[in-house]
Amino acid sequence: METFEEFVKRILTILFWLIIISPLIIFPILFVVVGLLGIDVTIVNEILTAAIDPLKAIKLAERYGLGFSSTFFKIAAFPGFTFAALVATLTILYERKLMAKVQLRVGPLYAGRFEGILQPIADLFKLLGKELVVPEKADKMFFWAAPILSIGLAASLLAVIPLSPTIYIARSEFSLLIPFAILGFSPLVVLIAAWASSNKFAFIGGLRALHQLAAYEIPMLLSILGIVILTGSFDLMKIVEAQKDMWFIFPQFLAAIIFYITILSELERIPFDLPEAETEIVSGWLTEYTGMHFGLLQLGVYMKFYALALLFTLLFLGGWNGPAFLPPIVWLLGKLFFVITIIIFPRAVLPRLRMDQLIRIGWAWLIALSFINIFIAVIESSLGVI
Amino acid sequence: MQNAGMNIEDKGGDQLVLHVGPQHPGSGHFRLIITVDGDYIVGAKPDPGYVHRGAEKMAEYRDYIQNIPHLERPVIIDATGVTLPYVLTAERIIDVEAPERAQYIRMIMAELNRIISHLYWLGIYGIFLGHSTMFMWPMGDRELFIDLAESIGGTRVTFSYVVPGGVRNDIPTNLKERALKTFDYFEKRIEEYKKIFFNNPIMTARTESIGTMSQADAIKLGITGSNLRATGIDSDTRKDEPYCLYDRVDFEIPTRKEGDSYARCIVRLEELQQSMNIIKQVLDLIEPGPIKQVIGGVMRGEPGEAFVRTEAARGTMFYHIVSDGEKQPYRVKISVPSFRNLIGMTHLLVGSKLADMPAIYWSLDYWPVEADR
Repeated sequence: METFEEFVKRILTILFWLIIISPLIIFPILFVVVGLLGIDVTIVNEILTAAIDPLKAIKLAERYGLGFSSTFFKIAAFPGFTFAALVATLTILYERKLMAKVQLRVGPLYAGRFEGILQPIADLFKLLGKELVVPEKADKMFFWAAPILSIGLAASLLAVIPLSPTIYIARSEFSLLIPFAILGFSPLVVLIAAWASSNKFAFIGGLRALHQLAAYEIPMLLSILGIVILTGSFDLMKIVEAQKDMWFIFPQFLAAIIFYITILSELERIPFDLPEAETEIVSGWLTEYTGMHFGLLQLGVYMKFYALALLFTLLFLGGWNGPAFLPPIVWLLGKLFFVITIIIFPRAVLPRLRMDQLIRIGWAWLIALSFINIFIAVIESSLGVI
Repeated sequence: MQNAGMNIEDKGGDQLVLHVGPQHPGSGHFRLIITVDGDYIVGAKPDPGYVHRGAEKMAEYRDYIQNIPHLERPVIIDATGVTLPYVLTAERIIDVEAPERAQYIRMIMAELNRIISHLYWLGIYGIFLGHSTMFMWPMGDRELFIDLAESIGGTRVTFSYVVPGGVRNDIPTNLKERALKTFDYFEKRIEEYKKIFFNNPIMTARTESIGTMSQADAIKLGITGSNLRATGIDSDTRKDEPYCLYDRVDFEIPTRKEGDSYARCIVRLEELQQSMNIIKQVLDLIEPGPIKQVIGGVMRGEPGEAFVRTEAARGTMFYHIVSDGEKQPYRVKISVPSFRNLIGMTHLLVGSKLADMPAIYWSLDYWPVEADR
């Protein structure tokens, strides 16, 4: 007598093998059989052809409104979720390699022919194969909700951030404000995860995340005000266009520094990784998460990483502006790579701060400096620098 | 929701009891029961004993020579430091004396082991403060000293090199040039350590005036080793009661007055340099000669007792051996520095913040296995 779990497991196993085997064996056999018998069932024919021929699959998708120019493709693939997830996983690999070089190690090496390039995929399969342990005392609904909310919030950040004048998902006049509005939710996800885990260390981590929010959120918003004053717009497109002649990092250097520090804090990276300080509170709010739960939370964090690095590039480094011999998207990705590097680097050279020190930095220094920066912006705009 | 998993013990509402260890990334093989009120630690109760193996009792069933390999188990990263006092005590019982060359070789080995142990401490302290590079660098550089020790003792970690009557085998002929090459490299690395870690503003902010121990408290609590020297007392058994031939070499005892976590770090860093200084001098002083006084038959002591103190990597370590004339010792009492430093830890933790717990805990270089014996 098998239990219900065993039954579900058996069905899932069969489905898994079906999905693996069908494109390789069953579909070609069906295709041959249908062809030999001369049955003219166009739709079946098309679907079967598409299953083994990617180019035809694209044509089929286009016919049903799912092509490269469709909104669905933009949201799901490029420049939406899949692209962001790809950048996020590559960021993880790049971070591990960069850290390894600083620390006189080699880092991931064996997965893939070249420098462990397939390590993210190996990690993904490792996480997929792990058991999802939900603690007995956990609040089940919120425990499951946190990873999904995390990745959902990170993905929704990307909705209004353009990659070039032509590549974007949605346009809005307030495309600068929307990401920051969404970012305000992320400590809530941390708190949900921490509280639902029903674990002391996770709980402390969640509270730390809230404290940290109090320290960095205000300077983060104030630091971008200078740019809004200079351009008179909340539209990222217009902000990037305004940087044709001069990147904003030069007139708004102070703002760039403040924004960079608050990015580190928002992403909970060393020296601001207090909510998951390993030697103090195990893994903080991530303590009870295993397997793909953990994977999704991490992917959410790194997609947020990508979104914030992208914002920094657009706000301060001129976005896709650059000499015309390369397409704008290449300029953007090049600058993005540089920004990702400087965001990763402090982890290799700095220890962790303490909560009171972080709040002192946030309130005593960053807020004061961002007010000074606003004055600088007002003076610059009245002098007509931009 | 049910909060059974988050058992807030009844201590007036807001206080939370945390069990740091024995399975915690920042504990080691022991448990620290911490009561926190908000971010402040209001109670700390250490719970050692998870790795108690009865090393003292085991020593009563083994011959004097057989005791060496198992007595170095409590502190394998300081294997010579922990067996040297045993061997010196056993030598007094058996009534043999090591030749001069053997004494010098013991000093080289003891100081190499001190460096290996301190570098291990430094690596762990780096990762305790969240500095992963400071974990990798000392762990990598430690390999060079392990290689040096391996060329002398034959194994990488547990050497069992010092035996009653001398040392097991002679040092390689090219040891001097190898050692000097390693030291030259490591002197440069120490400067890099200072740049990335010791002079790092965040590191100093995390450790300065954290876990401050006053000189009077340190004496009262019986703190030893670098932790005592960090409060300004230049106590070092190598100077106070010279054993081996430490009176023939010239070295300084690094001290700091502050008594905080940072002072303890700096004292250990300077001890690395002093250890290299001692090895350099010994390599100049050492002369050819016998390395072992051969003892015929089974080692058997006269009835009586003996007592020797030495300076191990973590502080003063002493052995008290009672003999009744048999092949095995009648009683072996080991007094370890870690256990005494543990007493100081609870004093330092109460009143500090939870985030400072790793910064204080590991700055004392507490080694649970050594304390449990």
